[in-house]
Amino acid sequence: MLSLEHLSKTYADGTRALSDINLTVHEGEIVSLIGGSGCGKTTLLRLIAGLDRESAGQIRLDGERLSGPHPAVGIVFQEPRLLPWLSVFDNIAFGLAGVSAAEKKARVEHALEKIGLAEHARRWPRDLSGGQQQRVSIARAFVTNPKVLLLDEPFSALDAFTRASLHEHLLGLWEETRPTVVLVTHDVQEAVTLADRAVVMQPKPGRIFDELPLTLSRPRDRTGLPFETSVRRVLTALDHSLKAPQAQPQRERDRQAAALWW
Amino acid sequence: MTGPATSQAWSSHEGAAALAAPALAEKRRAFDGRILLGFLLPIAVALLWEAAVSFGLAEGRLVPPPSRIVATLWALAQTGELWTHAWMTLWRVLVGFVIGAAAGIVLGALSGSSKTVRHLLDPTLQALRAIPSIAWVPLFILWLGIFEASKVALIAVGVFFPVYLGIAGAILSVDRKLVEVGHVFRLSRLQLARRILLPAVLPEAVIALRSGLGLGFMFVVAAEFMGASEGLGYLLVDGQQMGKPDQILAAIIAFALLGKIADSLLVAATKPLVRWQDTVRERL
Repeated sequence: MLSLEHLSKTYADGTRALSDINLTVHEGEIVSLIGGSGCGKTTLLRLIAGLDRESAGQIRLDGERLSGPHPAVGIVFQEPRLLPWLSVFDNIAFGLAGVSAAEKKARVEHALEKIGLAEHARRWPRDLSGGQQQRVSIARAFVTNPKVLLLDEPFSALDAFTRASLHEHLLGLWEETRPTVVLVTHDVQEAVTLADRAVVMQPKPGRIFDELPLTLSRPRDRTGLPFETSVRRVLTALDHSLKAPQAQPQRERDRQAAALWW
Repeated sequence: MTGPATSQAWSSHEGAAALAAPALAEKRRAFDGRILLGFLLPIAVALLWEAAVSFGLAEGRLVPPPSRIVATLWALAQTGELWTHAWMTLWRVLVGFVIGAAAGIVLGALSGSSKTVRHLLDPTLQALRAIPSIAWVPLFILWLGIFEASKVALIAVGVFFPVYLGIAGAILSVDRKLVEVGHVFRLSRLQLARRILLPAVLPEAVIALRSGLGLGFMFVVAAEFMGASEGLGYLLVDGQQMGKPDQILAAIIAFALLGKIADSLLVAATKPLVRWQDTVRERL
């Protein structure tokens, strides 16, 4: 279980990127963080990945406090970030430390099979298309069997067809080990396709506006009515979060209502 | 730059990309006849001058015709003099290059990877760099004598600066995003240097070494001017003092060939290290 407690991040120049984030993600759950630009989605992910330090609050994984990059936490960035001097095979194997050569080979080959790039193992990243590169990057994160996988808008630079096929590859890999996934996106369709829960965020300072459970059965039918309804619900929440930048979070309002009532 | 653009276009058909790759490579290797155009001008000028001298239109004493230059080169090669001089020059460049490049790589790496070292070293080195290297000659002769040590020192100084600047700059410009990949996988400082920084700076390091080598050849001439009894630079001085322009031109041609061969060897030796690069290397 991944839990964020009163997490805040203020940059050196005084910008409040995140303020008092509280979020619990259960084991094997896919949570999608969604919101307009500048609402701190990426910052939040970088904090969990240990690439930045929080200003206040803490992040716990199964009770253990995270400080800095952790072996059980993997991340896929917005860009593939493959190392251009390593072959596709070696790129996927990059994070496999302390594993025997045979085991490494088996794991990487299995991952290559899963992402449908088995015959490209010996090629350079430069020979792959953008979508293929991103698949390699996802495989690189999965191959170390992380408990938590962070995805930072990994499909935003791809065309719609490639994106849909990557969603399937991602879910295919996820089915195997069922890691906890935190997916940052600004694409509502994507959130509804992949996630068990959508967390809508709000900017200035970045905070959680609303949480919506997405309880559709898998595999999800993107053309069905339940899918459409879910998309609309998330869109509405997103709309509210943007239209009412000063709107206060739910519990704040409850507390004020309670105060008035008394 | 055709590589990525083409493979992007094929992204929906992976098989097609694989098929297209060899065709592209062939295209890159295909011979372009226009390369030969470059030979036209020098050959025409040489032939014209040769004709002018042989028909008595020009004397050709101060500007010898090509045939006489070739004859001089041939004679020097026959007596073995050319090889002695060329070998001497090459040896000086080599020793100076190794010392200068080694110092440049070590200090450049330190200054590129540590802010403290950079603040400590860089201002002094930049100040030293502003001194025209030939200005060191009198001092080097006083300190190291008139023989090999002072010459090699001058060449090493010439090689050092481009290598130092290139390596330090290359390390400073390594993509932060790739370094973060190393952080995510919890690489130690040493692992980060070996697995990410080193390969990332290799292409620029090769360019720095090449410009260092070029300067090494420049400085070997200066070094051999300041008093040598052997070396291609000595042939130049000797040709001037004895009034033999054909010998000067022969030595210049030998310099050109030697420099080009040394550069090609360096490129060939480093090619396996940077063959992953996504650029058209022929243009460098």
